Amino acid sequence: MFLFEKALEGSRRYQLWVAGLVAFIGVAFVVYLHQLRYGLGITGMSRNVSWGLYIGQFTFLVGIAASAVMVVIPYYLHNRREFGRMTILGESLAVAAVTMCLAFILIDMGSPTRALNVILYPQFHSIMFWDMVSLSGYLFLNAIITVNALHAEQQNLPLAGWLSPVIRLSIPWAISIHTVTAFLYCGLPGRMFWRTAVLAPRFLASAFAAGPALLILLCLLARKLTGYDVGKKAIDGLAVVVTYAMLANVFLLMMELFTAFYSHVPELTEHLKLMYLGQGGPTLLGVFGQVSLLLMFAALAPLLVPRLRRSERWLTIACAAVFTSLWMDKGVCLVVCGFSPSPLGAVTSYVPTLPEVTITLGVWAAGALMITVFYKIAIAVNAEEGAEHSPTYEPGGARGPVGSAAHASQAGVLSSPGQFPASGDGTSGRDRR
Amino acid sequence: MKITRKEFLKLSGAGLVLVFGGRELAALDRAAGATFPGGAKPRPRKQWAMIVDTAKCAKEPGCTRCIEACDAAHNIPAIPDKAHEIQWIWNEPADVVFDESDVQYLDAARRDEQIPVLCNHCDQPPCVRVCPTGATWKREEDGIVMMDWHRCIGCRYCMAACPYGARSFNWVDPRAYLANPNPDFPTRTLGVVEKCTFCSERVVAGKLPACVEACPEKALLFGDVNDPHSEVREVLSESYVLRRKPELGTGPNIYYRI
Repeated sequence: MFLFEKALEGSRRYQLWVAGLVAFIGVAFVVYLHQLRYGLGITGMSRNVSWGLYIGQFTFLVGIAASAVMVVIPYYLHNRREFGRMTILGESLAVAAVTMCLAFILIDMGSPTRALNVILYPQFHSIMFWDMVSLSGYLFLNAIITVNALHAEQQNLPLAGWLSPVIRLSIPWAISIHTVTAFLYCGLPGRMFWRTAVLAPRFLASAFAAGPALLILLCLLARKLTGYDVGKKAIDGLAVVVTYAMLANVFLLMMELFTAFYSHVPELTEHLKLMYLGQGGPTLLGVFGQVSLLLMFAALAPLLVPRLRRSERWLTIACAAVFTSLWMDKGVCLVVCGFSPSPLGAVTSYVPTLPEVTITLGVWAAGALMITVFYKIAIAVNAEEGAEHSPTYEPGGARGPVGSAAHASQAGVLSSPGQFPASGDGTSGRDRR
Repeated sequence: MKITRKEFLKLSGAGLVLVFGGRELAALDRAAGATFPGGAKPRPRKQWAMIVDTAKCAKEPGCTRCIEACDAAHNIPAIPDKAHEIQWIWNEPADVVFDESDVQYLDAARRDEQIPVLCNHCDQPPCVRVCPTGATWKREEDGIVMMDWHRCIGCRYCMAACPYGARSFNWVDPRAYLANPNPDFPTRTLGVVEKCTFCSERVVAGKLPACVEACPEKALLFGDVNDPHSEVREVLSESYVLRRKPELGTGPNIYYRI
């Protein structure tokens, strides 16, 4: 496989981490085989809460995948070269997230051996069909872009011309994957919690907060572990995106709360009461709802103060809070709350079981493994390319293949292989200090 | 050449058929017929429906004869865990079935009155709309919302879509909970969704649904609601009836006579 050999070598710490992930995925796979044999009855799902953690993770991760556009747009569309080193990481995060989505869909299926029926008997009136089309298309687009961008970087060549329309297509496509995912929910007549026109906009807002927050955390981690620095300008730029997106998300949530509680229509309020107040005492759902709400505001406080937002320590805390809050909100509460109360007014508690949590963590471990391998390859390619060429564009600072943070950041700004040749020239002079 | 609105509708209808397949043709045809009274009469098509006479049903408190008959006829497993239960027809309290009913000052005994609920075989079934494989569909000839248990992938999207909670999923192997399987009806496998089929297998043989036949009070009336001379139409023409959640536009075909 392309460049895969670069993922096979690494430090002892790297090897241990990969081995640990593989071992955990193995355990989760065995548990999944048990689920296949026994049935989805081993999960906490039930007649009334018929989707749970799996579909919640799927929904959340579609957002993470879609949020790659938040680096693709400034880098490719607005030619903001400081996003150069981050873009490849964002795109490969999208590839990993979509793959996890597909895994969660398959795992949630009662009869996964029949999964191809979706293609054999396509139903154009089913949103799930279009979700499959948009997700697999997005995976395909991002896989092509990532592989070719890496290839270009390795050869220190500009991106092939035909890739430009592919990248441009991937931008509306990213918006579409999360819109279609929202349509899965908001098009259902009897589920009042989901049947709201702001569901798709809110999905996008929360995605564009949670995804870039995760990307910032991953970039900071990559720098700490490998010295690969995406640059302060990119981090700061993305932090602004997180801030605006989180504000939009909170605003849309307030719209939901106002509409429900001021109109005082029980159909609207009963779900929200369950989510934020519990039912006659604290429930797991109620606790999740409250903590999620609390973290939303806790994250906004440092994000809104420029001095704190630019401090890496505060930004790390804020990004962790954004990610956790939105994961709880969208990855758990959104799905469970839509089912409670049920159409017949039943409130059924849903608590994921140990096998269910293990399988879920197994898919997250697989995602972590994909990210590790993709980032390892991307960083190795960059280091190689940097080692060969760094003296030409930074005379005084040629250091090791993975140089200091400052060096790496410079290389990203100045070289920008993987930019299109025509669009790259105009602004490079401005960026050069 | 001047095209009348009707001709235009027909032409665009033919175009739509090319795109969406033949199934939509009949519906379009009916719609055109309904819009233009002078045009062709809507094609007579059966739509099986049921009237539940709640007064008659209440005469036998605690009766579950219809449920038992259905369970026996359709190999419905007796799963003790409520979370994994399979239900085709079952009882719910009256105020749950009709969420707009006002019961706050009603006698406790009457408030607990149980009313049978089942799949509504909707005119516009949301479950059919969302199914990604066509494993559930509305049968053209008689309006029954059918299930293909061999095509269902168990995604449970239909369960999320059904506003009546009429669909059940096989969370565990149902065959382990069947005491005396009926050899004339298929059992289901792990991981598929199922629901009431209006006894399509009995109706096709000219018999009444099992629940209708089993009711000692004759509280369940089954017939073709599209036939103006049918018994169900006769009852509907002279009684006030309720349907569950008509405001959702699904067009349920189970009527409750109050």
